[in-house]
Parts: sequence; C-alpha cells; structure tokens
Amino acid sequence: MRTIRNRVIVIVGLALLSGWLLLPKDVTQRVRDVATGRMKDTTVRRVPINLGLDLQGGIHLALEVDQSKGPVPDCADAIQRAERVVRSRIDEFGTTEPVVQIQGRCRLIVELAGEKDPARAKSVIQRTAFLEFRITDMNNLFRDALPEIDRALHEAGVQVAGQATGANVAQLFGADTSKGKKGKPAKGKAAKDTTELNAPGALSSLLFQGSLPGEYLVPEEQVPAAESLLARPEVQRLIPRGINLKWGTEVASRGARAYRALYAVEDRPIITGEELEKATARRDPVTNQSVVDFVLSRSGGRKFERETGRHVGHYMAIILDDRVQGQPPVIKSQIGQRGIIELGSKPLQEAQDLALVLRAGALPAPLAIVEERTIGPSLGQDSIKDGIRAGIVGVVLVVLIMVIYYRLSGVLAVAALGLYVLFTLAWLAGFGFTLTLPGLAGLVLSVGIAVDANVLIFERIREELQHGKLVRTAVDEGFKHAMSAIIDSNVSTALTAFILYLVGTGPVQGFAITLIIGIAASMVTAIFVVRTSYMIWLQRRPDMATLSV
Amino acid sequence: MIRLFANANYDFIRWRRWAYALTAAIIIPGFALFLVHGLNYSIEFTGGTLIQVQTPQPVGAATIRGALDAAGIRDAEIQEFGDPLDYVVRARIGQGGGGAVEAGSTEATAAAVDSALAHALGAAPEHYKIVRIEAVGPKVGRELQGKAFLAIFFSFIVTLIYLAIRFEWRFGLAAVLATFHDILTTIAFIRYLNLEVSLIVVGAVLTMVGYSLNDTIIIFDRVRENLRKFRRQNLYEILNLSINETLPRSVLTHGTTMATTVALVLLAGEVLRPFALVMTFAIFTGTFSSIYIAAPLLMYIEKRWPGQDARGARAFRPAGTGAPEPRAPQPQPTR
Repeated sequence: MRTIRNRVIVIVGLALLSGWLLLPKDVTQRVRDVATGRMKDTTVRRVPINLGLDLQGGIHLALEVDQSKGPVPDCADAIQRAERVVRSRIDEFGTTEPVVQIQGRCRLIVELAGEKDPARAKSVIQRTAFLEFRITDMNNLFRDALPEIDRALHEAGVQVAGQATGANVAQLFGADTSKGKKGKPAKGKAAKDTTELNAPGALSSLLFQGSLPGEYLVPEEQVPAAESLLARPEVQRLIPRGINLKWGTEVASRGARAYRALYAVEDRPIITGEELEKATARRDPVTNQSVVDFVLSRSGGRKFERETGRHVGHYMAIILDDRVQGQPPVIKSQIGQRGIIELGSKPLQEAQDLALVLRAGALPAPLAIVEERTIGPSLGQDSIKDGIRAGIVGVVLVVLIMVIYYRLSGVLAVAALGLYVLFTLAWLAGFGFTLTLPGLAGLVLSVGIAVDANVLIFERIREELQHGKLVRTAVDEGFKHAMSAIIDSNVSTALTAFILYLVGTGPVQGFAITLIIGIAASMVTAIFVVRTSYMIWLQRRPDMATLSV
Repeated sequence: MIRLFANANYDFIRWRRWAYALTAAIIIPGFALFLVHGLNYSIEFTGGTLIQVQTPQPVGAATIRGALDAAGIRDAEIQEFGDPLDYVVRARIGQGGGGAVEAGSTEATAAAVDSALAHALGAAPEHYKIVRIEAVGPKVGRELQGKAFLAIFFSFIVTLIYLAIRFEWRFGLAAVLATFHDILTTIAFIRYLNLEVSLIVVGAVLTMVGYSLNDTIIIFDRVRENLRKFRRQNLYEILNLSINETLPRSVLTHGTTMATTVALVLLAGEVLRPFALVMTFAIFTGTFSSIYIAAPLLMYIEKRWPGQDARGARAFRPAGTGAPEPRAPQPQPTR
C-alpha cells in the first residue's frame, strides 16, 4: 500500500511538473518595430516550446575565418573574438532567441529564427568590430543639460512615462552606499543631486545617477522608452556638444530591480583598437587580483601617454561597437605603451572576457559565410500542419492496435502513452531544447519505441499466464523478465542517438535530442507508470483469476 | 483475446540460405547502381543554391526550365515539390566562378533565378513567390558526409563495447554485422527509389542503425536467457526457439511502428517523405536482419570461435553427439 501511494505521488508530481512547464508563460521577445526600425521589447504569452528555424522560418548562417586574404594563424582564437563581437550585436537582430555558437574549433553558427532579411543579418554580422577608449563625462555636462531637455520634451507634449517613486530611489542609492564602490569622489555630489535628477521630467525621471560621473542607470523595463526619447530630434539637439551617449552591456541589479547603464562619454576617443596590439588576462600573484595586460603600438603608446597624463583620476570607458563594455576603470596614473586594467576581486573569467573584447577590437576577424539558408515561414507552417496530422493519425493507429489487441492492459498502455507525450514535450520545454522538423519525426518515431516496451511486458505476462502462473505472479515475472530486453535495447538506441548528437550538426542534433528524451520518457511511463497501474488494479481485485491482457 | 503467432514453432534458421539469396538480390544490383550512378545527394552535400518557388497556378516544370535556360542558368535541376504549385530549383554553385564559395554567389544565383522567373512569369508577389533560399558550400558537404560515417563508426564501437559487457563479444559482433548489412540494404533501397540523400535521410539511416540493433538485442536477450535455461539444446534450436518466442512481440511492435512511419509517408508532406520511406524500409530490414542475418551469424561465430566457457559451443554441439553440423530438434530439418 505504502509503495503504491509513493509511486502515485511520484507520477502525479511528474505530471504536475510537466503540466506546469507547458503552461503558457509570459515570454519577453525583442522585435523590430516596423515604424521606427528600432528594437523594442514585447511580452507575449505562449507555450514555452522553442520552434526551430525550419518550423518558424528564419536564417541559418555558418561563418568561418576568411583565410583567402592571408592565413590566420590561430583560427580558434579568431573565431572566439568573432563570437564575442557577434554576441555584442545580438540586440540588432529582430529575433526571439538568436543562436550564436562556436562549432568545432573554427566555425561560428548564427541562427536567427524569425529574421527575414538575410542581407541585413549578414551586414550586421560581417561589419568590422570597432574598439575605442573614451573618457566619461567628468563635468556632468549631460546632467546639467537634463532640465532643458525635459522642458523641450514637455513642450513637445511628452508625458512623464516612468513612475519613479521615492522609495525606489532611496533603495537604489542605499544599495549603492553599502556596496562602497570606487566612485567615491562622485558619491557625495550624486546623493545631493538625487532629488534634482529625479525631478518629474520625461527623460530625467528614467535616469538614476550611477556610481561614477557620466554613468546613469535606467530600469531595465524602461530602456526602450529611454531609447525612443533619446532618439527624438529635440533631445538630440540639446545633448551638449562633445558628448555622446552610449549604452552599457551589463545589467546590474540593485535591490529587486535590474538596471542598464547609460554612459555619457566624450565624443573623441583617446585611442582606438587599431593601436592595440595585445591583451591577455591573468591573476596577479602578489595582490591576487584579476588583471588584463595590454600592449599598444609605439605611436599608440605615445598618444595614450599624453592623454592619460591629462586624465588621471578620470574614468575610461571601453567601447566595442558602440557599447560600453563593463564598468569604466579609473585612470590611476599616466600610462604608456603597456598598461594594466585591474578588475579587483572579480573572477578571472571576467578578465579573460575583457581581454577577448580588447583583442576582438584590435584584430577584427574577417568572416566568410560558408553556409546560408533562408527558410520562409510558410514552408514551416505547412510542415508543422502535415507533421502534426501525420503524428495524430500514427498515434490513433497505435492506440487502436494496442486497445484491440491487449484490451484493458492496452488501455493502461495508452494512458501511459498520453503521459509519455506530456513528459516528452515538457522536458523539451524545460531544458529549452528547440523543436525542429526532424525532431517532430523523432517524436513520432519514439512513440513506437514507447509502445515496444509495453508490448514486451504484455507478451511476457501472457507467456507466464500460459505457463499456468497466478495472475499476480505472472505480472511480477512478466515485468522482471522483460526488463533486461527493454533496458539493453533502449540503452543501445540511446547511445546511438547520443553519438548522433555529439557528431551531428543542427538538424541531426534536434532529431537526436527528441529521440533521447523520448527514450527516457518511455522508460518512465512504460515501466514505472504501467507497473503502478497494475499494482493498483491487483490491489483492488486481489482474487482476480484472469487478466485482461 | 487475440493472439497472433502465439506458440509458433517455425524453423526460421532452416530458410537462412534463401534469405541470403534474397538479401544478395537486393544488395548487389543496388550497389552496382550505386557504384555507377552514385546517390542523389541533396544540396547540403553537393553545394549550391536551392530555391523553392511557389506559384498560384500550376505552370509546369518545363516553363520554369525554359525561363532559366533563357536567362543562361544551365544545368539547374527543377523538381515539382509535392504538388504542382511548388517547385524546387537547384543550381550548383561556382557555375560562373572557379568553385570557391563566396558570400555573394548564393545571392547572385538567387537573384538571377528571381529575375529569370519575373521575366517569364510576371512580377513577383502575384505570379510566383520564393519561399526559401538555401546555400551550402561543397566543403561543408564533404565535412557532413565525413561526420555521418564517423557517427556510424563510433556507434558501432560503442555498441560492440556495450554488448561485450552486457552479453559477450560474439553477440556484439553478430549484432553489428547484421546492422552493417542493414546499412547496405538501405543504401540499395535509397538507390532504387532514387531518394534524395539529405541530412534528415542520413538521420533516418542512423536511426535505422539504432532500431535494427534494438530489435536484434531483443532476440539476443531471449537467446541469452534460453541458453541458461536449456542446457541440453544446441544453438540452432535455441535460436529458433528464441525467435519464435519473441515473434508475437516482433509482429506487434513492428506493426505499430510501421503504422506511424506509413502515416508519415502518406501524410507528412514532401519534406519528410524521404525520411519516412527510409524509416519504413528500416523497420523491414531491421526485423529481417535480426532473424536471418544476426542469428545465423551468431551460429557461425560460435562455430569458428567457440566461447571460452564453451557455453555457446556446448549448446551448439551438445557433448556426446559430436555432430559437426547443428541439428535441430523435431521437426528435423531437411537440409
């Protein structure tokens, strides 16, 4: 009795978990606004199963380092730099979940489901990376211009969008103080100016003073609003001369909210990626800090020496492709040809990432497109429809055969099959795997595999009954004897699928994944669920003389 | 209660030579064709540009071919894709250039096809629609081919190891050889129907490898059990007994799986049809080889290299009889 109850609890728990995984959820999608051509976030309520390129249409690109204009010695490093660059441009793609991954050593795969314009996608990917160092707005020119910008926006009829409450502001700066960041000189001033900065103006109500001069934090959900305000011509006109605004890459969370940094920086770079020769990450053995060493060219070194001499104590934003990377470090002293960026106690991983950013800007990897596929969504629509129709017909046939042949036991198997489909889809959603057309085929096929386990068990029970065993013994023996065949055959199929996954590429991998998940789910339902049903059945009818199998 | 093939007692192994003849009759001409003509590889393997065109009314492949020829795009393959409103145009890459894959060549080919169609059929959105464009360099194709073979090779090794652990190496070898046979018959089948070998068909062949192994292992599992249970019978008898005992399961499982793959063949549309056809054949050949290739092979392997504990060998040649040839129980096979 105990074991039956535990088994039922496990099954119900798994079913509830699967159901929960498949519930429609709010998914934030970044889509391109047709009117303005800019990216904006929209929230859609949908079942969280990702559809692959072949099912929803889109673009698949495979890129390699272009060696035609001269050999590239270390293609693995080059492709890593390229990946970093493409990733930093991800927001420019009009797609839900762009896939950017390194395949093998020297190939980069970019998949943009939903993107329809291959020329635009390719231009975004192949554009040369541009790295520059710029000093942040030390004199708060931008902040001083804010009241006037707000006034202009008010005159243009823009309502105050962000409902920035006092509590939020206090929380933000409270967290800041306790953290004790390095931006000490700015702190006192920033705190004093808080009220002023958060006066109810259309733009200023969205901005919070960051921990260093020229850094502003914008609540993540208001980034699109701020973006569209900043793009307005009347705002553009009022941004002080010599100042540019650049978004940061990192999302910082203060308290319960997430903020994205916006930097006001000088419009003149003190140095660009062309002058950078080397950047490597290491851990300083003396101070145990993560640091990035960089080496500049001779002329770059002279320029850098001059500039840093003038800007000691200022902050230097590292900008790759118009995005400020990480938090700008402070210039501690005059720097020549060789410099060190200290990252303090941050993990070495971050230093390696920064070094990669620097190298990406210094040595842009020329990328050649070796594979390109554009798939129209209409093709996917048809395929989904046909695949689903075929799947339904196939499953109905399986159900009919099982119920007619195995009667009540067949009904148990079919019920288990229902759970099987639920589990498989839920695991696909839960692990974030993408459903592709071959995957759909793998799903239909694994229904057959799921049925096979039950067929093996039922046949074995029939054999045992035929040998004159009692119903209860026959069921026990049937499961016991069928087990080795089920496990050996399924494990070998799963191993094959696993090798497919390791060796194969995109579509083959999708197929392998659904097959592996299908095999795992079928083991659970066909063995565990059906066994439990039998246990309950036999418990209810202990004197059962014949079994409906 | 419906029971199919319960308590069957067919002498399967007796017909093995007929089975060899049948499978040879499938494989040898198929392979001859394969060697002469090769396979119809998809664009993923050959490299080139694939353009799928949809038209509101059936225009006929000849019209499209004429349009492309007039525009100077020669050697393009044009196929109806499922219904007379869909066409697939395949143009090899490097037609004008020296075979190097450039980013622009796909675009150029697609644009050339586009303008040729516009010329012949009328303006784009009303008279035709380009649904997809795919481009692959042949370099990728070669790599993919290599990967498919690598995948099969590795899966064989892993299977050999797994079966050596769970059974013994003789069973593993017989199972892998039977699966290899299935690969040969499947290639012959693909050649006969001239199916297009795309990645997903390669996926089907690889699944077939798993499926065939799966089926062989189910029978071998019973052989393993019966070898322990019946100490006095020889391997010939044990194999027949095991195949007969698992026969109801084979019929049921293959029946249900076949039902799903046939549903795919008939209903899943053009994209999946080659996959579904190969899978349907895979079920057939997998079942066949489990009975007629794997089981007799196990017999020969046991004969040539008797097991060290002589379990298989003893069963194969019961002590005392000393008969060199395997002998079946009643009914005595006429050899």
